[in-house]
Amino acid sequence: MSTATITSKIAKLQSLITVANLLSALEKTVKAAVLPLTGIVMFLFLWQATASNIVTSLGQFPGPGDVWNQSKILIEEHHAEREKADAFYVRQEVRNAKKLAKNPDAKVKIRPYTGKATYFDQIFTSLYTVAFGFLIATLIAIPLGIACGLSEKVYSAVNPIIQTFKPVSPLAWLPLVTMVVSALYVSDDPYFEKAFLTSAFTVALCCLWPTVVNTIVGVASIDRDLIDVSRVLRLSWPVYIKTIVIPSAIPLIFTGLRLSLATGWMVLIAAEMLAQNPGLGKFIWDEFQNGSSSSLGRIMVAVITIGIIGFILDRLMLALQKRVSWDKQAIFR
Amino acid sequence: MQKNYLEISQVGIEFPTEAEPFRALQNVNLSIQQGEFISLIGHSGCGKSTVLNIIAGLYQATEGGIILEGREVDEPGPDRAVVFQNHALLPWLTVYQNVELAVKCVFKKTKTKAEIREWIEHNLKLVHMDHAMHKRPGEISGGMKQRVGIARCLAMQPKVLLMDEPFGALDALTRAHLQDSLMEIQHRLGNTVVMITHDVDEAVLLSDRIVMMTNGPAASIGEVLDINLQRPRDRLSLAEDPAFNAYRQQVLRFLYEKQKNPAAKPKQVESASKSEPKTDKVSAPEAA
Repeated sequence: MSTATITSKIAKLQSLITVANLLSALEKTVKAAVLPLTGIVMFLFLWQATASNIVTSLGQFPGPGDVWNQSKILIEEHHAEREKADAFYVRQEVRNAKKLAKNPDAKVKIRPYTGKATYFDQIFTSLYTVAFGFLIATLIAIPLGIACGLSEKVYSAVNPIIQTFKPVSPLAWLPLVTMVVSALYVSDDPYFEKAFLTSAFTVALCCLWPTVVNTIVGVASIDRDLIDVSRVLRLSWPVYIKTIVIPSAIPLIFTGLRLSLATGWMVLIAAEMLAQNPGLGKFIWDEFQNGSSSSLGRIMVAVITIGIIGFILDRLMLALQKRVSWDKQAIFR
Repeated sequence: MQKNYLEISQVGIEFPTEAEPFRALQNVNLSIQQGEFISLIGHSGCGKSTVLNIIAGLYQATEGGIILEGREVDEPGPDRAVVFQNHALLPWLTVYQNVELAVKCVFKKTKTKAEIREWIEHNLKLVHMDHAMHKRPGEISGGMKQRVGIARCLAMQPKVLLMDEPFGALDALTRAHLQDSLMEIQHRLGNTVVMITHDVDEAVLLSDRIVMMTNGPAASIGEVLDINLQRPRDRLSLAEDPAFNAYRQQVLRFLYEKQKNPAAKPKQVESASKSEPKTDKVSAPEAA
């Protein structure tokens, strides 16, 4: 056999190997996707079958097809509304230009567009509200949790309060929060809407607890040896908390934060319905009150949106945890 | 050299339990010279670690106290550095940062930044860990972690180095390497060391004096054995040295005849009643 034939054979073999590698990679992806896809398809069939058997006063319960159509309509409405808004601003600019041409000293103003909020505006409002509430909760919960975890005395003093407020439903808080916000947040030129504050505070009150409880457990279970090291070194409190307490407790703090965010997102929808904060909760409430034949389909779109956003929020927290965590080998799920 | 550099004086300790306070130690007295290497040996649960923790200041003695360089010490401090059995390194810091934390606590005011860096590197070189300075504890072996633990303590320039079964969790070969390193370092720096061990060979090889403890409760010091073997010591030649073996015998005799392992007691009593001659019972456990 000549060297040339051998080289060509090797080349052929190599290309075969590459193809085989690609195939096995493809197989893996397919295998990984098959089960979830099967689950989703089966769910869609079941949904369709059940939906066609339910007739409500607002017509047939929406199946997957109706929901798909409604979501397209919602997107179209969003674009239409945006075009209107753009046109509105263009008209104003034209008018202002004319005014200035006649009289260069004329005072011109651009008025903001006050059309109705689209579905995407509402999603954004909801996200903004939950983020604000979650932030407040986190700023209270982590320091409180650390204090309780470090000191048996603080824990004994605070624990009954935590246990009492932990199981309270957001709906119970809401009227109180509403009245308190109306009474205390009095301003001629309010930066925040009252409904926004009411919703955000209700979210904060409800999503405080998982972070508090998990931070306490995380801080209380610091390795005894590390505590002894800190005592031998006579670490000051700030250094002790920064170098030993927080890194030890970080995994459980994040477990708490993820639970908190999930709770907060759930609570938010209910809070928005009642507080009339212009987010997804209000969208659902308005559609329910509206009661047109397309309402149930639109509500179903919101339900699925809420679910997907909740899922994404959890993944974001997980990504953040991976970034912050010192233990890159740890398994996160 | 000071005669009573570190003095353990009339130390006793009681731990509160639900029924009545549990007396772990009673009348523990020991004077340690500067530069001396002391081993504490005894069966599990006899209170060796409690003695060490009292010296470290992590526990407070119920009666008696610890005097270091003429001053009573009753709280933990960097002048009595502790090497823990399970290294107790901060897993989220690198090897370098772990030592840095200790160095900064002790020398923040007296050393410049450059001096601090140099001092950390110097101490890591001393334990042969300068090649892995920027690794995390999770990325190095158990023996290496313990080396870093020792470097962290040496870097604090403590008056007394306290070691709580420092090599207990290591395999035999690694343990031998670390023992040799420790001997070399102690020879060079002249540290005063109090070490807890379960290992008779280790105790004889490393120590100037071996302190043997009786079984608890109310444990105390049973015997103190002076080890007059010339330094530097070499484990290979010592293995055949009759003096070395005689010391080993003495410690073993204390541990297995005078102070029978409390965990194995019921079995021994049973076998004694059956077949063993009565002479064996003369040296029954004192603390029982």
